Formats: sequence, C-alpha cells, structure tokens
Amino acid sequence: MTLDEIVVPPIQRVLIIGAGIAGMQAALDIANAGYEVVLVEREPSIGGRMAQLSETFPTLDCAQCILTPRTVEVGHHENIRLRTYSEVEAVEGDLGDFRVRIRRHAAYVNWDICTGCGLCQEKCPKRVVSDFERGVGKRKAIYTLSPQAVPNKPVIDRQSCIYFERGKCRACEKFCPVGAIDFEQEDAVVEERVGAIVVATGYDLYPLSLMGEYGYGEVPDVIDGLAFERLLSASGPTAGQVRRPSDGKEPKEVVFIQCAGSRDPELHMPYCSKICCMYTAKHAMLYKHKVHDGQAYVFYIDIRSAGKRYEEFVQRAMEEEHVLYVRGKVSRVFRENGKVMVWGTDTLSGRNVEVAADLVVLAPAMVPKAGAGAVAELLGLPTDEHGWFTAAEANFQPVETGRPGVFLAGAAVGPMDIPETVAQASGAAAKVLSLFARWSSEVTVTSQVTVT
Amino acid sequence: MKTSYFPGCTLNTTAKGFDNALRASFAALGAELVELPEWNCCGATFPLLVDNMLDLAAPTRVLLAAQEQGDRLAIACTMCYNVIRRTNNRLRADADALEKLNYFIEDEYRGGVEVLDVLQILRDDVGFDAVKAAVKKPLTGLKVAAYYGCMVLRPPAEVAYDDPENPRALDDLLVALGAEPVEWPHKAECCGAYLAVKSQEATAEMSYRILSSAQRAGAQAIVTNCPLCQFNLDKQQLDMGHQHGGYNPIPVLYFSQLLGIALGLDTTDFGWERHYVDARPMLRERGHFA
Amino acid sequence: MRKIGVFVCHCGLNIAGTVDVKRVVEAVEEYPGVVFATDYKYMCSDPGQALIQKAIADHELDGVVVAACSPAMHEVTFRKTARAAGVNPYLTEIANIREQISWVHEAEPDAATVKAIEIIETIIEKVRYDEPLEPFSLPLVKRALVIGGGIAGMTAALHIADAGYPVVLVEREAQLGGKMGQLSSLYLNFDTAPDLLQSRIEAVTRHPNIQVLTEAEVTELGGYVGNFTAKVNGSEPFTFDVGAIVVATGFDLLPQSELGEYGGGRYPDVIDSLQFEHMLAQGEIRRPSDGTLPKEVVWVQCAGSRDPELHKPYCSKICCMYVAKQAMAYKQRVPDGQAYVFYIDIRSQGKGYEEFVQRAMTEYDVLYLRGKVARVFAEDGRVVVWGVDTLSGKAVEVQADLVVLATAAVPSAGARDLAQRLRVSTDEYGFFSEAHPKLRPVESLTAGIFLAGAAQFPKDIPETVAQASGAAAKVLGLFAQREMVQEPTIAFVDEELCAGCGLCVAACPYEARVMHPWKPIAVVQTALCQGCGACVVACPNKASSLHNLATEQLLAMMEPVL
Repeated sequence: MTLDEIVVPPIQRVLIIGAGIAGMQAALDIANAGYEVVLVEREPSIGGRMAQLSETFPTLDCAQCILTPRTVEVGHHENIRLRTYSEVEAVEGDLGDFRVRIRRHAAYVNWDICTGCGLCQEKCPKRVVSDFERGVGKRKAIYTLSPQAVPNKPVIDRQSCIYFERGKCRACEKFCPVGAIDFEQEDAVVEERVGAIVVATGYDLYPLSLMGEYGYGEVPDVIDGLAFERLLSASGPTAGQVRRPSDGKEPKEVVFIQCAGSRDPELHMPYCSKICCMYTAKHAMLYKHKVHDGQAYVFYIDIRSAGKRYEEFVQRAMEEEHVLYVRGKVSRVFRENGKVMVWGTDTLSGRNVEVAADLVVLAPAMVPKAGAGAVAELLGLPTDEHGWFTAAEANFQPVETGRPGVFLAGAAVGPMDIPETVAQASGAAAKVLSLFARWSSEVTVTSQVTVT
Repeated sequence: MKTSYFPGCTLNTTAKGFDNALRASFAALGAELVELPEWNCCGATFPLLVDNMLDLAAPTRVLLAAQEQGDRLAIACTMCYNVIRRTNNRLRADADALEKLNYFIEDEYRGGVEVLDVLQILRDDVGFDAVKAAVKKPLTGLKVAAYYGCMVLRPPAEVAYDDPENPRALDDLLVALGAEPVEWPHKAECCGAYLAVKSQEATAEMSYRILSSAQRAGAQAIVTNCPLCQFNLDKQQLDMGHQHGGYNPIPVLYFSQLLGIALGLDTTDFGWERHYVDARPMLRERGHFA
Repeated sequence: MRKIGVFVCHCGLNIAGTVDVKRVVEAVEEYPGVVFATDYKYMCSDPGQALIQKAIADHELDGVVVAACSPAMHEVTFRKTARAAGVNPYLTEIANIREQISWVHEAEPDAATVKAIEIIETIIEKVRYDEPLEPFSLPLVKRALVIGGGIAGMTAALHIADAGYPVVLVEREAQLGGKMGQLSSLYLNFDTAPDLLQSRIEAVTRHPNIQVLTEAEVTELGGYVGNFTAKVNGSEPFTFDVGAIVVATGFDLLPQSELGEYGGGRYPDVIDSLQFEHMLAQGEIRRPSDGTLPKEVVWVQCAGSRDPELHKPYCSKICCMYVAKQAMAYKQRVPDGQAYVFYIDIRSQGKGYEEFVQRAMTEYDVLYLRGKVARVFAEDGRVVVWGVDTLSGKAVEVQADLVVLATAAVPSAGARDLAQRLRVSTDEYGFFSEAHPKLRPVESLTAGIFLAGAAQFPKDIPETVAQASGAAAKVLGLFAQREMVQEPTIAFVDEELCAGCGLCVAACPYEARVMHPWKPIAVVQTALCQGCGACVVACPNKASSLHNLATEQLLAMMEPVL
C-alpha cells in the first residue's frame, strides 16, 4: 500500500445517513444553499424519532405539526434525493470523492406508480404489532409508518405477509387500483458519489428486557417513554386516549421512573441520558391534561431541567399539575391484584415508598441506534465504549470526526434534545458548506488518497 | 405633615414606652402620627389558607378606619404591618375577595389605603438628612447592631421596602443619629420568637446566635425596629447563662428610644423600666442618658 | 368570476374530532364562486396534495382555499402545490380551522362547525378579490456582521470567512476571547483554556476575510435581510452594508451585590466563579483578604439561579460542571484541602459529564451536600456558611476559608439595548429570543439576524461552538442565494388619491415610506415594506392599500361573519 498525492475534482454533493430531525436539518441547510444532498434512511419514511412524539417540551407544540412542514419540504426539495428503506453498504474513497454503495430494500411495491391511496393497508388481513407504535399499537403487513409519511408509499413486511408465508392471499394486489404491488421486487443496489458525508444515525432506547428490576415483559402495564408518546398522540393507536395495555382501562395512578438504565455504572449505563427529565415532566403534565383526576408520580435522582424555559416547565408540572416528585430510585416493579406495585425510596424523608399503580412508564437510557456500529466501521470512525460516535475534539470540533469530510449530527454523538440536535445539525451543515464553498473557489482540491 | 397611625396592641400596652418615644420623636420632626380614632387588633397572623376570609375581617376593619382618615396608614408594630399590608395586597389583587369581605363586614373598603412602616416613613418622607439636622444630642461613640427581624422583609415581594437579604434603613438611621452601626451578619435572621411556645429551646438557640454575634461584632446594644423581636431577644437573655456559661447580657433597644434621646427629648416615659436587660447603665456610662 | 376549490383537512382528529368536516364541505359547496369542495384526512400529505392538484386540473380552478392548520405551518406547502398545478400562489389561501377553531372550541362541536364554515367563507371572499402576484427580487450583500468576539462570535466568523465571504467582527472589549479568555481550564480534560483560545484568536485576526473591530459597538442598524446598513462606533466610526448578522454577545454573571444573603459583595473571601478561575489561571489560590492558602473551600451552586422569588427562576446550566471542575482543580493544587459543594440537583448532562462529577466525588473527595445555602457571612476571619443537607434533614454550618459563588448567568450588559437597535426580540430576562424553541434555535424572529452562544441562553463551550457553527450555516445558506426574494404582499399608494400629507411616512415603523422627490405624494420603498398596514390605517384619503388585503376585499370578507 502506498500513499500518493493526486488531484481529484471534488464533488460538491453530500451524503447524509439518517433522516431524523438531525439529518433533515443538515439536508435542508445544505440543499437550500444550492448543493445536492443524498439522504439515506433505513425506515420506509423520514422523520425519525420525532415523528413518534406527541407533543414537545417546553411549549407543548404538537410534534407532528411542527415536523410535517419539514418532512414535506425535504420530500419535495429539488436538491434532495431521498433514498428511504435503504442502507449504506460500502464506502470507498475520501474527502472530495466518496463512492457510496446503497442497498434499497425490496418494498414489494412499485413506488413509481403507487399513489399512496392507502387502500392496500385497509384491505390487508394481517395485523402485527407495530415497532413504530412501540408495541402498544398494530399495523398491517403492508404499511406506512404514519398517515403523514414522506414518502407516503407502503412496504410489505415479508416476515408477516400471508402471501410470503403461505403462498396465497394477495389481497393488496387485488385491490391496488394502479397495480403497484410487485411480489417479485428485489433489493436494488445503487452507487452515489459525494464529496462529504454527515452521519445522523440517532438513538435507540436501552432494551427494557435487560432490566429485570422493572418487570418489563412480565408486567404488561410497564411501558417505555416512546410507547407513552404513542398513547398520548392523537394519531397513535388509542387516538390520544391514555389506556393501559393490559385491559384498556384509563390508568388513575401512573408512576414515571427516570434514569431507567441511566446513571447506573454497576448494572447498566453510567451516563445521564439528558432528555428524560424534560420528557417525563411533559408526560406527567400531558397525562394530567387527559386524566384530570389521575395522580402522576415521578421518581428521579436529580431533576435536570437545564435549558431555556425548562426549569419553569418542571415547576409548572409540580405546582400547577400537582405531579408528585419523589427523589429516589425504584428498586422493584411487580404485578399484584391487577396493579403494578412500585417499590422505591424517598431519599428526602429517608423512607421506603410503595405505590400501587395502574401504569408504569420508564424513561430508559438512550443508546446508539442499532446499526450505528456498522456505519462506524464502514466509515472507519471511532466510537466510545458505549458505541456513540466520537467527535474529533469535544470543545472546538463537536461535529468533526477526525476523518476529513465526514461530520456528525444529532444524537449519533450522544443523548441530546431536539433544539440542541437542530443547532448542531446546522453546525455540521456549516462544515459541509464552507468545504464546498472553498472548493468552488479553488476548483480542485489536493487530497491524499489510498492507492492499493 | 400628618399621617394616620395604628400603634397595635403591643405598643398600646406592654410596650407603651416605645409608642411614647415614637410619637414624641415624629412630632419633633414635624411628622405627626395621628392615632386612628377607633381600631382593633390586626389578628396577629396573616392567614395562609386561601379561602379563610374570616381572618381577613379584622385587618380589613383597620384599613376601613384608615380609609376614613385619608389614604396612608403608618404602622409601628412590624407584625401588624406585615398582616395589614398583606391583607391590603390581597384585597387589591382580588376584586372578588374584596367584594365578599365588604359584604361580610357590611361596609365598603375600597382598597385605596397605602400601608407603611414607620421606619419607611422616616426614610422616605421625613428623610434621614432631615433627621440628622434635627439631632441635638448625637449618639457619638455608641456601637450598635441594627436588627430588622423578618416582618418587614418577608415575603419580600409583598412587604419589603428594603433589600431583604441585606437591609440598610435602620443602619442608615442610626448613622444619622450619630451612632456607629457595626457590620454583622445576622441583622435579618429570624430570632425564633415565633417558636417560643412550641420549642423554647429552639428559640433560645436562635436568639443566642444573634445576641452573641452582635457582641462579637463589638456592639454595645442591639437596636431593632420590631417590638416583638425586642421583647424576645431581651427576655431570652434571662436564662442564657445556663446554656452558655459566662454569657454577658446586652441591652436590646427599640429604635424610637434612641431616636428620642438623639433628638434631645424628655425620655422619662420611654419604658426603660420594662427592659429585662437594663439599658440605662450602658447609656449613662457613655453619656447618652442622664 | 373566479373558480374556487375548497379543501377541508381533518388533520387526523385534530380538526375532524371537533368540527363536522362533512357538514362544512356541504355548506361551502353552495357558496357562490365555489365549484369544488372536498375533505381529506391529511391534506398536507402527498395524496392530499395530489388531490388538490387533480381538482385544479379537473375543475379548471383558479383559486384555492385550504381549510387546515395555521398558515404558519403549511401556507408555503399548499402554495407550492397549487403553483405546480398552474394556480398563482397568491390565489391560494389558508382558512385556519385548527388553531382558531377545533383546538379552542373542543367543548362546542356544533358552534365550532358553524364558525369553521364562516371562516372558510371569509377566505373564499378573500381569494375572490386576490390579485395574482409574483415575488420580486432584491440585491443581496454577501458580507456578514458578527457582534461579539467571544468563542461563539469567533467560531461563526471563521466559518463564514472560510467559505469565502467577508466578515466584520465587532467586539466591545479591547481583546477578543470573551468569557473564555477568563477561564483557566476546560472540563472534561483540564485543557488549558488560554492556549486553545489563542489559536482561535490568531486564526480570526489573521484571516484575510475577517475585519476585527475592537472597542467598538453597533450603534445603529437600518435596512433588512440581505441589505442591512450598520453603524459602528469605535476608534473611527464607520458605516457599512451587510447581508446577515450574527448576534453573539454572550453572558455576564449576576453581580454579587444582588445577593445580600451571600454577603452582597461585602466580604473579600466570598468570590464569584470567574474570580476563582482567575486565581486558577494565575496558578495561585490565595484568600483575597490575607493571602493565605484556603484549606476549606465551599462552592455555592444556584447562587441567584432557580430562585423565582428573589432572583432568576431559570437554571444557569453551566455551573454544575464548572464547579466540579473548579473543586477538582483546587484539590489538585491543595491535596489536603477540603472542598464542599452545595447543590439542589446535579445537572451533569453531556457526554462524559456524569462520569466527571462522579470523579470529583470519588477520586477527589469533594463533599457534595444537597441543599441550599441560606446565608454566608464573615466572622472571626473565616467565612461561615449556613446551609441545609436535605438528605439528612439537618442544618449544616461550615467554617470556610473561601466561598465561591456560582452566580446566575445573565445576558451581557447592554444586550437589551442592542436588541432594540437591531429590532430583535428578547425574553423577559434579556436573552435573545429564537424563532422557534425546537426547530429554529439559531434564528431570531427578524429575518437575516441569527443567534450564537449564550446570548440566547446560557450554554457551555461545546454547545456554543456547535450552535455558532449552526448560525454560520444559516448565513452561508442565505449567501448561497443569487438574490433576495421579497414577498409582494406589501403596501402601495394610489397616486390619484394621495394628497401628500405625509402621515404615512410618520406611521411607518420600517422607514419604508418617503415623500416623492418632487411630486406631492408618498411613495413606498418596496424593499423595506413589511406589509404591516400601519400606513393604511394612517392614511386619511384611503390612498394607501396592501396588495391582497384591500379595503373592499376586507369588507367583503366581513360579510359572511356578520
């Protein structure tokens, strides 16, 4: 292997991996400046985690309402090439000229002719538990993530589809008015050439199955924060009614447990997940808005409401909505006589606390998105011991990776909330824009390329 | 200049001497305090229950009496000031409460009275410069610790006319009188009088902190504008030697007593004999008392 | 007569849960001028937009009313949709039946439905009178002004300059560096702050595209996005044009004099955190009063923060971390000293932050006490701290040699005045207001003016740097345009009716009205006009009008609701 200095014409085009709010923001900033963006998203439609949220703190703006203008703008932008239901498979080259291989999963629907009318979803006889609804709602075997999905084109989940399982059904095909269903469709592989890359792969929640102490899996009425978002959401499975999974009843006592798996160096994650204090306050508040006579309890270690209007927001939850904050960790959650029993400690009184709740909502630790490790490997980027992408330098280079031309945006780096994500994604866009602007003036760039 | 005046029960009875000193001093400064022709007890605590209208009736009657006389009410007792001022705030902010209360007391308080502490009047209306000009016998060389208590400072948004954490008004008055206020940390600390019934020990401990701190700072007397703190700090010293061996008592004065002395008034009926720690020997020693 | 189509959105249940959309469609179908009306689940979705476009083609519509959410949400979307199908975007209007109806009249579905019909009818009337318009373009000055030469301003300036655009960086002080210039080291690695900063300062001062003006302030700002004119005083006052502005004025610490409970600045051995940074930077930790080495040091967090009664209700965000850093730095220099930290909650939210504070506790034996400090006072040569430990429920007294107050972060002095000069809004504390708390965190509500760093709200260095880069991205996006596009819905003067009285010139808040150089009439400076309508109200002759909000149009719009 030798290193050789050669001159290449740099490509003023960017690849963005992940189309959540971070990826979309970076894409819009770059596209609005006149450069082409290739936006790759693993899911069938864009929007990421924010599309799952009901309302957002501290203004209680409806997430869908502020997100949809963005997704629509991204979807229609003449400079953005959207590649959803796709994953990056290989990356070659370097700054100024990356060659990226992208695999587009077979959707079994010809999106070029599909109108997104939704009839196939209506007619599909197979209902399965929906990941997007976090297990508290169902979808069909042919589905879009939400009615406002961009692009609003369905995919067939091969694992659940009756036709793929037993060789008959084809209900979707029969009813599709334009003949868009294509059971023979195969994965497609395309190559894109770009000059820079932004990684915006986002986060997952720590699997509750790893936290036996909270009874998840055994107690149906223990759910995670994203599931609660879906219960609160007007477009969610319960149309915004708070209903507990086990029997569909309206829960009158709800316990919210913060730091479920966070700040727990012995058993789980040592770090703070940063966003849970705020969204838990929001959950408790929205719960009280929907169930006026309900009681909300929040178990916390420290309340971390450090942000503009955040402190005031939590105070409102306590004083106006009478949410009961208990400072202490929960040691055990179990089922007894139709209730979910919560054992914890109130460290301020030094006493043990027991709550017989109807529903328990956990705020699990944020962890890197499944598959982020693979992306890191493809790009040769370092991650920390938990799998988060590492910035070149924490203070001055928060969006640089150390690899020229590859930048980071949003929660791929670690837990952060929406405003921070958006600001930081614009920061990543700025890096790309000043790179491209310099190329415009220099016409070519000198780059070190590995020649094998 | 005349101002309607509400002495309150304490200054009308056990602390009559403070009242005498106050009225005489104000008169000498040309700012006469005119006692309300008819008044009643303020109720002595501000009711914290939001709907306890009945407890607001007594202070409202005081406000009503003041309304008859004009639009300003001077109050000497800091406790009464606290209760009546907060009642007034409440009635001004809540038209429903005012209407209900008027219906109940069968009268019409209109919310127009300004409730003022006598020290506040001295500072803002008379002015400490005018006081200084009127001083005949300056309290030269007298080292005093100005002590404010809580009633004119807390809750700050409702009653404070001074920095609640670092008040100045009394210190500034004492400077005008020629005395030397010492710099000390506990001028706005609670003396614990409130707890005297429930826990005499706690009160004694809180008072000790204040009394000993003033002495460590070099004060020869504590001067306060709160008659209740005056009584408590004074009386607590009776048994203080038991808990704190070798404790030396320090006189605790009400500010009008020193004001009267400095203005050169006849001090005979200023209530000296009612102090547990007699202030006269200390004052005599420094030539401020005959 | 205009052929108008009405499209009623359910917005899931947001609208349809309260408003009877079918009834609305039936009612407006009958309204004069309406040739087509329908409803759909999500009009903003792809199929919803396709439905609008199909209806435009099928019914040859030349006017579109979308009854949906606020125009702030999707006006742009629907105008684009309609334009693609051949309808002038200014003949596409939104009837807001969500924020103004379904969300506020949930309890009265019947009345809400009637109101929805009436609102839609007013908008139908509006579209009937709307004229087709085209946006016009204006020149764009591709030079940026950055106000504030701290780490935020320098970062933004470098990005913009690196992209090839000229930047004027205005700093009030004699030196660049801002608050970071006062720090000793940075968490998490104790990197030396001055070294890191120096390289930035050099990069800025040597950059061919950056002009640095120190000891200078922006005294006046005129114009509008793309074409601002700024006046700067300084050694030599001058005026220049810029297209975009980044506000990076940073923060100050709440003066100790406001904290009477902690001594109000009277005690020499009670200092604020920047004073302690200064000691660390000098390498000598000494008590200001007597120069001795302090063996017991107390840090008081939330000094003036999280205190809605007396001081600031908000959390200052950065103190938990720098206090942990300072306590550790102290212990590194004074291993046998004792460090105490009083806190309410420990807010170590950030990558590696939690672990950092844990290190302070376990490796450096910093004693964290959960409780507020009630009083700090000097006595017998020491500083006495009275606090409470809420975990044991006991009152705590510490006899300290030195007390460091983590005083609240407040907007930098003069921020409010500057905001007024820039016509940018601030919150009640004086922090600059962002355009949207979630999705537009680096933009102000004034087009072309962007926010970086702690001027918007306290934030630490990594967040400031990322956000300053974000602000730069907005400037670069703006400069990437060939020209500025201006909305055509602005004022115009009917020369026949204008008597030249000049009342409109006085009424205009944007200096967009002037008298004609020789004719006795007023004229509109189209580039400056924001379409606010103040001139329309001021004009006694009804000579001033707004495009697509004409008086006769407004009267017609009133008709359906009266």
